[in-house]
Amino acid sequence: MGIKSSTPYGKDFGGCGLAGIIDRSGKPVAGSMIVASLTSMKDRGNGLGSGYAVYGAYPDFKDSFGVHVMYNDAAAREPVEHLLKTKLQLRHAEPIPVKKIHAVPDPPEFWRYFVDPPPEAADEGEDAVDDLIVNIVMDINERIDNAYVISSGKNLAVFKGVGHPDAMAEFFRMQDYAGYLLLGHTRFPTNTPGWWGGAHPFTILDWSIVHNGEISSYGTNKRYVEMFGYKCTLLTDTEVVAYLLDLLIRKKGLSLAAAATVLAPPFWKDIQDMAPPKKDYYTALRMAYGNASLNGPFAILMGFDNGILGLNDRIKLRPLIVGKKGDLVAIASEESAIREVIPQPDDVWAPKAGEPIIVTLKEDKKQ
Amino acid sequence: MGNSITIDAQGMHYKILNQKIHDALGSGRTDIQLSHVNGQRYIADALKNDISITIDGVPGNDLGIFMNGPVITVNNNAQDAVGNTMNGGKIIVKGMAGDVCGYGMRGGKLFILKDAGYRVGIHMKGYKNLNPTIVIGGNAGDFLAEYMAGGVIVVLRMFGRQNGNSSTGDYLGAGMHGGTVYLRGKSDRKKIGKGVEVTELSDADRGLLKGIINEYADDLGLDAGSILSEPFEKLIPLSTRPYAKMYTY
Repeated sequence: MGIKSSTPYGKDFGGCGLAGIIDRSGKPVAGSMIVASLTSMKDRGNGLGSGYAVYGAYPDFKDSFGVHVMYNDAAAREPVEHLLKTKLQLRHAEPIPVKKIHAVPDPPEFWRYFVDPPPEAADEGEDAVDDLIVNIVMDINERIDNAYVISSGKNLAVFKGVGHPDAMAEFFRMQDYAGYLLLGHTRFPTNTPGWWGGAHPFTILDWSIVHNGEISSYGTNKRYVEMFGYKCTLLTDTEVVAYLLDLLIRKKGLSLAAAATVLAPPFWKDIQDMAPPKKDYYTALRMAYGNASLNGPFAILMGFDNGILGLNDRIKLRPLIVGKKGDLVAIASEESAIREVIPQPDDVWAPKAGEPIIVTLKEDKKQ
Repeated sequence: MGNSITIDAQGMHYKILNQKIHDALGSGRTDIQLSHVNGQRYIADALKNDISITIDGVPGNDLGIFMNGPVITVNNNAQDAVGNTMNGGKIIVKGMAGDVCGYGMRGGKLFILKDAGYRVGIHMKGYKNLNPTIVIGGNAGDFLAEYMAGGVIVVLRMFGRQNGNSSTGDYLGAGMHGGTVYLRGKSDRKKIGKGVEVTELSDADRGLLKGIINEYADDLGLDAGSILSEPFEKLIPLSTRPYAKMYTY
């Protein structure tokens, strides 16, 4: 007998699956909802990676950075905690509650830390504080063996690992969480290892990314973000997209729509036919940020503190469907995953190739 | 009516659902109603029987894959790869459909009321009396009829989200080397693949198109007269071997 399947029906095909749900009114959506949506697409993955992002998960610590760390070896905890205590103010530390189940053998250890910047860093402003957090995340991932930061945003919880979406949800007790924005991903690894750190979402600060496809331009993109101090350490192409978005939006000040255009720019032949102001705009974006554009097939969902962005590659080599009902908007790889949780949507449509779908909260969380 | 059966697919895995369809056929049913379908793949996979299947809910990818006989009616949207490599029979979708529908289709009919996604009819082919036919009531995405080798695709641009003379998508017919696309209204020449010629319809074309549209309108409760009231353009390949010299010189 070969490898045991975790579904009773065997396993015979693939293609990652992704799902996102946002309540634009800011009301918490039960974690079980994203689990149901994602698990309906279980056949898209192969059990080698699933994960969730919950925005609004930690209302009691909403102004602190919530740092989730995965330890492949318990000995890695000491240097990580030492780093967090010396560089930041550690407000609270605890193991992430998990449920031991047969479907998840030999899991790593997971801890979460709620940290604030030291007063002198806070005086330098929000951007300096964010830079400090990014540097600490990179430092842990690069220098401390067997420790990986899974998420580092405010009021954001990310859970991921090796297993099917229902198994990961049970293991991480997704039923205990709720948030105004939820992302989910089931993985079918094609050219990088299926390991705990390689499951999606990939995150930095408040950005989180789930992705179906392949980033063929990974080498170019990786070298580009490395020039700005980001380190790609998680052995999976999608990681670089999280850093690209932090770089383009937070550091370079691009709008969400402009950043999406950088990732999936119009073809030169189409830019050529545009009228001057538009033509100049797209030409400038391509010239300035060519190294940040993504080649290869992709459908991605990006979560941020205030909403969600869905984007396809410019010739639409991966599926993406949007559905909405009232304030509730869902974006997924399959319409059935939307209907699993919104049975009668008011509207359902397939975005065009390279057309960003941006859905934000009606009231900005930061206001 | 004694030949009719309803299968409730609520929460059912596709393998169980397809087994139940096979069981129903085994007991002589010819009219199968599927209720609460949501995302089950491969429905009616490779069925050869002369039966009808009606689907309530959104069927999953590869609906009617390799099918050669049944008539499937979907009372809702469908997902990707409807009619993948189908050989005969008919699929009627009373909503929109996803990407790569009619992929490598070799026979039968695929009628979509609203929009269709990207790469519809890619690698579609015909042979002797097999003339696969796709009709899209709304718009199609990029790469419609890419590498098309045979059969007929009709795009109406009447019943989708954006109609009128909005584009049928870029790279229409790229690499096409057989078959015909009929487009209601005007094409955007910039978006048509290299090696594709836009011509007027002959009387024979008009006769063929009228037959197809009458059947489509009949199946979907539309008025064939108003569909045929606008002129169509005919897109055909300039060469049956567009890449003949690509690898040899």
